[in-house]
Amino acid sequence: MKSCLVVDDSKVIRKVARHILETLDFSVDEAEDGREALDRCQVAMPDVILLDWNMPVMTGMEFLKHLRKTENGGQPKVVFCTTENDAAHIRAAIEAGADEYVMKPFDRETLQSKLQIVGVA
Amino acid sequence: MNDVSSRILASLLETRTGQQLTMSRRWRIETALKGLLRERGFTELDQLITAIVGGREPTLAAQVVEALLNNETYFFRDRTPFELLLGRPLDRLAEARAKERRISIWCAGCSTGQEVYSLAMSFTEQASRWVGWRIEILGTDVSRSAIDRAKQGLYSQFEVQRGLPVKQMIRWFDEREGQQWQVSDKLRRAVRFQTHNLTERPPQPARFDIILCRNVLLYFANPTRRAVFARLAEASRPDTMLMLGAGETVIGQTEEFISDVSNRGLYVRAASAQQPAPLRYQVG
Repeated sequence: MKSCLVVDDSKVIRKVARHILETLDFSVDEAEDGREALDRCQVAMPDVILLDWNMPVMTGMEFLKHLRKTENGGQPKVVFCTTENDAAHIRAAIEAGADEYVMKPFDRETLQSKLQIVGVA
Repeated sequence: MNDVSSRILASLLETRTGQQLTMSRRWRIETALKGLLRERGFTELDQLITAIVGGREPTLAAQVVEALLNNETYFFRDRTPFELLLGRPLDRLAEARAKERRISIWCAGCSTGQEVYSLAMSFTEQASRWVGWRIEILGTDVSRSAIDRAKQGLYSQFEVQRGLPVKQMIRWFDEREGQQWQVSDKLRRAVRFQTHNLTERPPQPARFDIILCRNVLLYFANPTRRAVFARLAEASRPDTMLMLGAGETVIGQTEEFISDVSNRGLYVRAASAQQPAPLRYQVG
């Protein structure tokens, strides 16, 4: 079973993402912001991270830059999942090391197709 | 909606497109026609049926058919068949066409064009490999509105990210107002679209090297499906590759094509059927 860490400050989004991911046979862990997500990654590196952009304490972009510098931090596939839906944000995310990008709102098929693209589903 | 109305709509759809409005699709009739009802000022579906039967508005029946068609599709749908097709089978085809330096692809029943553009992206990204080649990609669909949208190449945020890797989206699409994304001019110039009914004679050049006919045949009754397979055979060459939808097969449906044993999910002409196929099945 593959593991996914859902990083989002919205409880509703975390709940929806968890539900979809569990139906896709993922084990799911959650974090409310980038700092908490980094702590989780130090304990166990997930196979894939679903990452919001705007969060308190540490943003998704700050988290991604930190993650990629940590030991084994290049391993997880990172899929941004955000309402920042313009080309400039998408390019910035790719340059920072994101593997995929989901523009909110999304549905099961979209998320599944993105997870297939990064090779974890 | 009463049973008579439902049968009238089913008959209209089948006459115009060959597609069946099976019981499993009937539940969505009211949802599919809701917009048209509002637009025409009808409060009940039966009023719409009465107007169609009365023949007072000739364009109404065509609009109903358009609304009833299922245009669901997305980029690189199911992914694996595309990866398969564009690997060894394409290498083999390129070898076979080394002299002609021309490959013709037909996406039969392409809806709003996502699979057509998926192929165009794949070929254009290998530009150096295809220098001096003529790669023709044709998308056809029975729905005029779907073909108009395909030509425009304008997709909602929701549509553009279904199946499409973000790096390809950024490379091949331009951001437009209203959270829309449009296929680049370069890619739009690389493809061609036209309306076409699969039960009719194949479009030109009618000798395709690769045919995609995905998630369309399931809407046809058996005799029509056989007739469509005969049309696909008519449009193919002895070594043409056929790709169907994930849940579709040739087994028990046609003698024109067989499974490609070395490439599961692709179909090739049956050895016994490798002559130009006469049309054996006539549709109503």
